[in-house]
Amino acid sequence: MADQQDVALMAHLLRRAGFGASRDEIEAKAAQGYDSVVDELLNPDTVPNVEEDLLMRYMPAYHEAAAIETNIQAWVWRMINTPRQLQEKMALFWHMIFCAGHSKIDSGQEMGRMIAMFREHGMGNFRHLLWLLSTSPAMVYYLDNSESHKTNLNENYGRELLELFSLGVGKDEEFNYSEDDVKACARAFTGWNIAPSYPPFPYGRSPWEFRFDPADHDDSEKTFLGETGNLNGDDVLDIIARQPATARFLARHLYNFFVADDVQIPAWRLTPPRDMKAIEAMEKAYFDSGYEIKAMLEVLFKSDFFKAEDVRYAKVKNPAEMVVGTMRLVGEHRDIQPGLFEFSQEPKYMGMDLMNPPTVEGWHTGREWIDSGTLVERINFAADLMGNTELPGVQSLVGRLMAQGDTLTPDQFVAGCLDLTGPLTVTDDTLQQLRTHASKDGDLSTANQAEFSRRAGEMFQMIAATAEFQFE
Amino acid sequence: MVSTQKDPVLAVLSLSGGNDGLNTVIPYSNPLYRDYRPTLGIPEGQIIPINDDLGFHPTMGPLKKFWDEGKLAIFLGVGYDNPSYSHFRSMDIWHTCEPDKIGTEGWLGRVLKEIDPNAENVLCGVNFGRGLPRALVMEGVPVASVGNLETYGLLTGIDGADQRDQALDVFGRMYSPAMGSGAVMDYIHSTGTNALKGADILATAPDKYTSEVEYSNTVVGQYMKNIAQTHLAEFGSRVLYTTSPYNSFDTHANQASLHSGLWSDVSNNVDTFYQDLRDHNASDNVMLLMFTEFGRRISDNGSGTDHGAGGIAFVVGEHVKGGIYGEYPSLEPSQQEEGGNLKYNMDFRSIYTTVVEDWFKMDAQPIVGGSFEKVNFL
Repeated sequence: MADQQDVALMAHLLRRAGFGASRDEIEAKAAQGYDSVVDELLNPDTVPNVEEDLLMRYMPAYHEAAAIETNIQAWVWRMINTPRQLQEKMALFWHMIFCAGHSKIDSGQEMGRMIAMFREHGMGNFRHLLWLLSTSPAMVYYLDNSESHKTNLNENYGRELLELFSLGVGKDEEFNYSEDDVKACARAFTGWNIAPSYPPFPYGRSPWEFRFDPADHDDSEKTFLGETGNLNGDDVLDIIARQPATARFLARHLYNFFVADDVQIPAWRLTPPRDMKAIEAMEKAYFDSGYEIKAMLEVLFKSDFFKAEDVRYAKVKNPAEMVVGTMRLVGEHRDIQPGLFEFSQEPKYMGMDLMNPPTVEGWHTGREWIDSGTLVERINFAADLMGNTELPGVQSLVGRLMAQGDTLTPDQFVAGCLDLTGPLTVTDDTLQQLRTHASKDGDLSTANQAEFSRRAGEMFQMIAATAEFQFE
Repeated sequence: MVSTQKDPVLAVLSLSGGNDGLNTVIPYSNPLYRDYRPTLGIPEGQIIPINDDLGFHPTMGPLKKFWDEGKLAIFLGVGYDNPSYSHFRSMDIWHTCEPDKIGTEGWLGRVLKEIDPNAENVLCGVNFGRGLPRALVMEGVPVASVGNLETYGLLTGIDGADQRDQALDVFGRMYSPAMGSGAVMDYIHSTGTNALKGADILATAPDKYTSEVEYSNTVVGQYMKNIAQTHLAEFGSRVLYTTSPYNSFDTHANQASLHSGLWSDVSNNVDTFYQDLRDHNASDNVMLLMFTEFGRRISDNGSGTDHGAGGIAFVVGEHVKGGIYGEYPSLEPSQQEEGGNLKYNMDFRSIYTTVVEDWFKMDAQPIVGGSFEKVNFL
């Protein structure tokens, strides 16, 4: 039997390396042991995959679906249900960095394929991932490399590859590349294009394909980050992969996504990392392993900087985490049932339109997820679900509360609810307000189960509305 | 310097993505325009001339009305030193007036702080759209951010008015200022408190509103309508902000049709907006600023245009002295900004300085972060 501290640490791991879990699952995994769970998360092939064929069987339209809404639904359903939680979290991680959006791509199927690529390779080799990205027809189109020609250069992909997908503008107050490097990079990727697609009729759209066109490739000499030669895109990716700036880029992104909110990429040239030692440990893993993302993740999840108390609840939940995490806690949509569309749109209402990031720079994260508009959406969403005592997850929490004794004092009641929704730590002020609210109706007795259930639902609802619930 | 009967209000429409200034206010008499725009040059017969050298994009007819009335100021060659070609960064510079470091405060946040230092009116600034633009961010300045004016409210899922009132009462107390629990927590507390106040008031706006005009069913159309509704409801809002769909003006490819759609949408809705305000005798104290983070490359790339430097901004209003401000940046290769871009000749903070000093009647220097020559469009 795992103790309280193990449960709290496991809950922290499952919130970060996944989308949270039911209390039953947290306790089972805590009993299994921390390192063993991390190893499972890092090696998704060792656990069963989500039963996607079931989804297809009930909803055949999801198979190679063209509509963006269907692809978003399938993704949200997978986030909720996949036992390979870290794999899915990494798909979200890359989607938030390697941004392409359906407002331009205009093909749900291609967006779905891109997310599938992040899922399959998101914990693999970074050099390889950049190659997959550079040959992804959706990205080639999104950042206009398809419009970049030997005789008519389009710098969009060349620039964003350096600024947003690998090096970042700068580190340690220095710039990581020059405008000349951007041009050389763009020239190296000329000819990396998309094959002409088949007409969509009468059989529907076919998947896009990457095609290299040697005749449109600028094969002349270029100098990129100090290296000169007839460089092509592959050479540029080799050079990028060995830059210290690339290791820094990955380490800072991983820290910001998995450990604690820090400043975002535009500030990285001038603002040092929140925890330089943590960054250096991950940078070392990057080079020692030959650019393996999994090696960096293993260092991260097994380190003291990740387990530390002061990074727990030090991240504002992003909207996908808020939506999926709440749904996993309350046990909503663990089976295939109608109504997924509405839920899959919720992250968008909270400012995160999945598969359609606002710009190639992605979303502003951390406290910037919260404004008076999005806070209203977040609270309303979570409170509605947490207060719904019909849902299996909420029923299970109520059952656990009832098992704590025939009678609960208001203080015990509040403490029990907070423990079961996290365990969530709240400020003394919040605790006081919740206790006052609970004392209004006095002690809670299991004698009247309907009343017990009603009050528990109401308390979960108020907890979902707290400022503390905005963090993970 | 102008005087309005009621407190001056600034509406802002941000043209996100980098509008192609060269095809918006077109230097049609300049032969270099044709040389650089072999694919995307607008045929001369379609351009709407505004003088002997310059003309509007063909879809901008509705804006031309304001030009003819002398109520449209056009700013040419707007930008800043060492231009950034990143959307994110350049937008941040326009929002924060901080070209050299990462700023976290917005210039309009500072304006709102001056107007309402104790945050007595939570609707002093209202944004329409998801996510708060950095221009409106300022410690201690509540800005309501409204995705959908029709359904705005808190804990709306609770059944029963008594139940909901009770819950909102607890909510209000939970979100009262917490001391020493960290900057982000403090921020969330004040955001929650203000959301609660703002929601109650804003919910009344759509019911109060009647109108004869029809906005288009686009993001720009609906949010311009929301700005009008909020202004007409007289909540004391002084800055009303919205943004075109993110990066919609980022026309790297297929620009000809995209750009026409964008300007047709913007021009029509700006026209509708002023018509709406005029019908309600409420246009006198409203000025509309339209800006974009940068212009685009002088040469087209065969299908679109890449990120550029100097761009174009507009101000519309009853008190605006219509005209052209600033020089059209030269298209001569020797005069271009490095990389084939238009060189700016008017710092964007000059426009802001005029807005702050002559519209809001405040000292501009601390708000725009320095002394900039005013542009005399007011």
